[in-house]
Amino acid sequence: MRFLIESIILRPALTSLIALRALRRHKLRSLLTSLGIIIGVSSVIAMVAVGNGARAQIQGRVASLGQNLLTVSAGNRRTGGINSGLGSASVLTVQDADAIIREVPDVVAISPEVSTTAQVIGNGNNWSTSIVGESADYLQIRDWPLSSGVMFTERDVRIAAKVAIIGTKTAEQLFGPLDPIGETVRVKNIPFIIIGVLSNKGAGMGGMDQDDRLIIPYTTAMKRLTGEKYLRSINVQVVNQERMEFAQQQITALLRQRHRLEPNQSDDFSILNQKEIADTVTSISSTITLFLAAVSSMSLVVGGIGIMNIMLVSVTERTREIGIRIAIGAQSRDILFQFLIEATTLSVLGGLLGVLIGVAAGHLVSHIAGVEAIVSSTSIALAFGISFAIGVFFGFYPARKAANLNPIDALRYE
Amino acid sequence: MKALPAHTRADTGALSSPGATPLSPIIRLASLCKTYRNAEVEVHAVRDVSLDIYAGDFVAIMGSSGSGKSTLMNILGCLDTPTTGTYELASTNVSTLSRKKLATLRNQKLGFVFQSFNLLSRTSALENVELPMFYSHPLISLETQRSRAREVLNKVGLAGRENHWPNQLSGGQQQRVAIARALVNHPQLLLADEPTGNLDSRTSIEIMGLFQALNASGITIVMVTHELEIAAYCKRVIMMRDGRVLSDTMNVERRSAEDEIAALDDAEGNTMKSV
Ligand SMILES: Nc1ncnc2c1ncn2[C@@H]1O[C@H](COP(=O)(O)OP(=O)(O)OP(=O)(O)O)[C@@H](O)[C@H]1O
Ligand SMILES: [Mg+2]
Repeated sequence: MRFLIESIILRPALTSLIALRALRRHKLRSLLTSLGIIIGVSSVIAMVAVGNGARAQIQGRVASLGQNLLTVSAGNRRTGGINSGLGSASVLTVQDADAIIREVPDVVAISPEVSTTAQVIGNGNNWSTSIVGESADYLQIRDWPLSSGVMFTERDVRIAAKVAIIGTKTAEQLFGPLDPIGETVRVKNIPFIIIGVLSNKGAGMGGMDQDDRLIIPYTTAMKRLTGEKYLRSINVQVVNQERMEFAQQQITALLRQRHRLEPNQSDDFSILNQKEIADTVTSISSTITLFLAAVSSMSLVVGGIGIMNIMLVSVTERTREIGIRIAIGAQSRDILFQFLIEATTLSVLGGLLGVLIGVAAGHLVSHIAGVEAIVSSTSIALAFGISFAIGVFFGFYPARKAANLNPIDALRYE
Repeated sequence: MKALPAHTRADTGALSSPGATPLSPIIRLASLCKTYRNAEVEVHAVRDVSLDIYAGDFVAIMGSSGSGKSTLMNILGCLDTPTTGTYELASTNVSTLSRKKLATLRNQKLGFVFQSFNLLSRTSALENVELPMFYSHPLISLETQRSRAREVLNKVGLAGRENHWPNQLSGGQQQRVAIARALVNHPQLLLADEPTGNLDSRTSIEIMGLFQALNASGITIVMVTHELEIAAYCKRVIMMRDGRVLSDTMNVERRSAEDEIAALDDAEGNTMKSV
């Protein structure tokens, strides 16, 4: 027992003391040697932190789309080879939307969507914003609560009522600190009564500000504002995640049939699957993070080689010292440990500094890029583990070289 | 100095150390050879040396430069291995011992004083002396290490110099640190390669005084010297030439370093008075 404590704790502790003393003697050299590890560890930590932050942000945006959401958009209509973009084709109708909720059993709610950009006048102010027409289920589909007021009802949709829900930014622009509920705004000279205020949602998938908008019944938008007969898209909520794939297939089949598409014709609409987007985004950002981490861990290898190099120099420089220690009765193991501990101390101290610098750099980058840096404790633990392993791995060869020196040759070494 | 025939030494050696078994020498060399092969040249540094050294003996090895004294000492100190022949240390053939056992032997049984001191640079005298204890098994507590190192440094007359680095010490003082280091683990055999090689006569006599005291306390000593006056403090003188033992004689009229230092001190006192 005593022997165990002695050989596992006390002796290595004493040996570390010698190793630390040797390192303290060459402070600058030790620092420069650790630099490779410092840079490697700090860049891995920073990269992973920023990568995780970016992923979390994108995932948040995808999640903010709503619950189990499929978005059916009018497809790319080609006019003379010019692609006019998603939602531009005049193919999706209100009847299509009705058919989806009626005929696809897994669909629990839909919201036909139209949108336009127009000047809004209220409280004597004038502001250009996007006017979005939706159904009464829209906010529930998007999982987007109101901060005050109420959502318009199905009846409002049926009668194309002139009511509006206002985004926080639009409200701020028009009414400042005043409560907009009950106020009237005019769009193209049509008065709308504001009955609800949206909660803050921030930037959406495309990067546009979701808080700057006016949501009105899609019927009102189509009849009174735009005169359009076609929808831009249909938001579809599916009963649960497992059924999304199947629902997507059924909607595709239904719409192809309704649009009388021949089997050789491609779809004139497209369906975005929220789960698919989330999965793709997650896997892409994970891959990017992994790739960045792999690139920066190359410098860890370079750092390890630097440590090995300095340890070899150190063993050569201190051949006489090693000879003296062996002549006095040091075991090979004692010498091996002494140099291994020197090497791992260099790498682990490098790792420690690297973590500190990495965390700082991560926060700096996040500050500049506007992405939150998420430093995970796993990446810190990993960085430590890896720098320890590098010290042992790259320190082993020089240490063994020292431990196997022949006493008389070492003592005679010039 | 009167020499006795070589064949009588075993008896005298045994007599001089009553505790030792006369039949088993602490060192037994049989036809020991050491040949260095550098490129095409072969140097026969030690040729066919056979020797017995008994516990309690105090041996001086003499001989001209290049006669193989250091080579022999390095083999005795288990720092080097013979090319042919056997070296038995306390009845164990050293060549059969593992690297680990040899390390333990060097640590526990042997004390080696190098011709060139071989102290750790930028390390205090005290820490240099602690070094063998650092590698001792079982572990010696740090306080014990410290107090034992102080004690031995006191014994070699270096009290107050504990925290000096070797480069802050004189040659003689460094030599004493090296001796203290060799003694700190209470070796049975002290090997000293020209311990007085670069010292003035007064310091040399002081060191011989220390050696005589150690020998009187039972430690076997083998030392190399160039000077006949120094060899005169030893019990036995081995002369080497070209790697061979030329003569091996007992020293009947041994000089006592203690007496001579006292005499020197007196003489100094007298000159002081006359000035
Ligand atoms: N490593 C070596 N390689 C080749 N030859 C060596 C080596 N070491 C010693 N020699 C040779 O062996 C011979 C004996 O050397 P050694 O050092 O034992 O002499 P020495 O008696 O101690 O001399 P000195 O009194 O000058 O110290 C010398 O001729 C020397 O050149
Ligand atoms: Mg010599």
